[in-house]
Amino acid sequence: MSTAVATVPTEPDYGVLAAVRWAVARDLRVALRSRAELGVQLLFYVIVVSVFPLASSPDRALLAAMGPGVLWVASLLASLLALPRLFASDFGDGTLEQIALSPYPLPALVAGKALAHWLTTGLPVVVLAPILGVQYALDAQVLAIVAASLLIGTPILSLLGGIGAALTLGTRGGGSLLALLILPLYVPVLIFGAGSADAWRAGLSVAPNLSLLGAGLLITLVGAPFAMAAAVRIALD
Amino acid sequence: MSLYQFSSPATFYALAGRIAPWFAGAAAVLAVTGLWIGLVIAPTDFQQGEAYRIIFIHVPSAWMSMFIYLVMAFWSIVALSFNTRLSAMMAQALAPTGAWMTFIALWTGSLWGRPTWGTYWAWDARMTSELILLFLYFGVIALRNAIDDPRRADRACAVLTIVGAVNIPIIYFSVYWWNTLHQGASVSPTGTKMQATMLSAMLVMAVAAWFYAVAVALWRVRAIILERERGSAWIEGLPGMARA
Repeated sequence: MSTAVATVPTEPDYGVLAAVRWAVARDLRVALRSRAELGVQLLFYVIVVSVFPLASSPDRALLAAMGPGVLWVASLLASLLALPRLFASDFGDGTLEQIALSPYPLPALVAGKALAHWLTTGLPVVVLAPILGVQYALDAQVLAIVAASLLIGTPILSLLGGIGAALTLGTRGGGSLLALLILPLYVPVLIFGAGSADAWRAGLSVAPNLSLLGAGLLITLVGAPFAMAAAVRIALD
Repeated sequence: MSLYQFSSPATFYALAGRIAPWFAGAAAVLAVTGLWIGLVIAPTDFQQGEAYRIIFIHVPSAWMSMFIYLVMAFWSIVALSFNTRLSAMMAQALAPTGAWMTFIALWTGSLWGRPTWGTYWAWDARMTSELILLFLYFGVIALRNAIDDPRRADRACAVLTIVGAVNIPIIYFSVYWWNTLHQGASVSPTGTKMQATMLSAMLVMAVAAWFYAVAVALWRVRAIILERERGSAWIEGLPGMARA
């Protein structure tokens, strides 16, 4: 008999963190191969933010009042616009089926994909928002608050949006259906996120709003990956 | 004979046909009684005048709009856990009724708001949450229509309904979170601030709305069963259903 027994490979790591790491690395690599697409999405954010003053007035007091809300609404739309990319191309070419069949836990894999979605769409918005906020005559403290609320809030958008993106895979209706499913779920995030700047302007503490956003992030972080995984399995049936 | 037998669409179809008329009849009797107490017996409110009487429609429909969503979420959880077809059909049958109740609550609320607050619409917390609830209903119905395979639609809608149910506590507690224009809850377990006849009219109307929703959902689930199970032997055995 040969000595094949001696070359048994070590058991690979199929843990949660390994799955998240794999999914993030893979989706980031895919995203960075089409940098132009990422750039277009950020330009969308910039343009949406820039057209609101044209539709209202260049009055500085009015702009300062609506600025945080505009920055938040635009980030909802930017997140929404990028959502179909989260699963659709993998679903189209069969990669998603292979991902679901892998020994890694599926909730961790889809959580990694949502994290990569946030790194490529949410995080750039967090960086851009304070710069664009200057157009709205916002002062430094308000800009910092908007950036902080976006930093806590935008990951929630990616996680919740991932559920909608998976549910609408292969359905008729596409992007507008996704908007109908997901925008109502975004509302609490919007209220607390934009509300943090309003609280500051009213002379109140921003801690309650940011804490509620943080609580929302923890809840979605725990719950959304399982809903996303369930939705992916339903779509693959 | 166990309860589980009724989870078969064939058995439930007959049961639903038997009990739905009773719920519809009770709903009609209660609605007439409730409206009579509310519109004839109940006194005029000293602050709001006659305009307050719209609450006999508004409050029951607002309660039902939230309650039906919870029932939908319950059937969705059952459908996902046990993979039962009938539970998903119940959730599907409830969605349009829930959307209508939400719409009626918003519409009557705005008609009440005009003479009382001086505006048809204010971005009050409870009104806003009710509007979001209407969008949630629309989302579930739209997702159902966008998926061709009914079993896949069942499970996708179940996931969406359960995720949306997170919104129900937000509706309920929003009145505490934001202290705004909307008057505080008039009915509470510890003691009500309403006059007894007004309260009884409202409660009777609430039960009427509940029975109406049950009857309509049962009739709709019968239609869904017929549509989905067409081609199965028991349906062809029904009177008038035999294939030509």
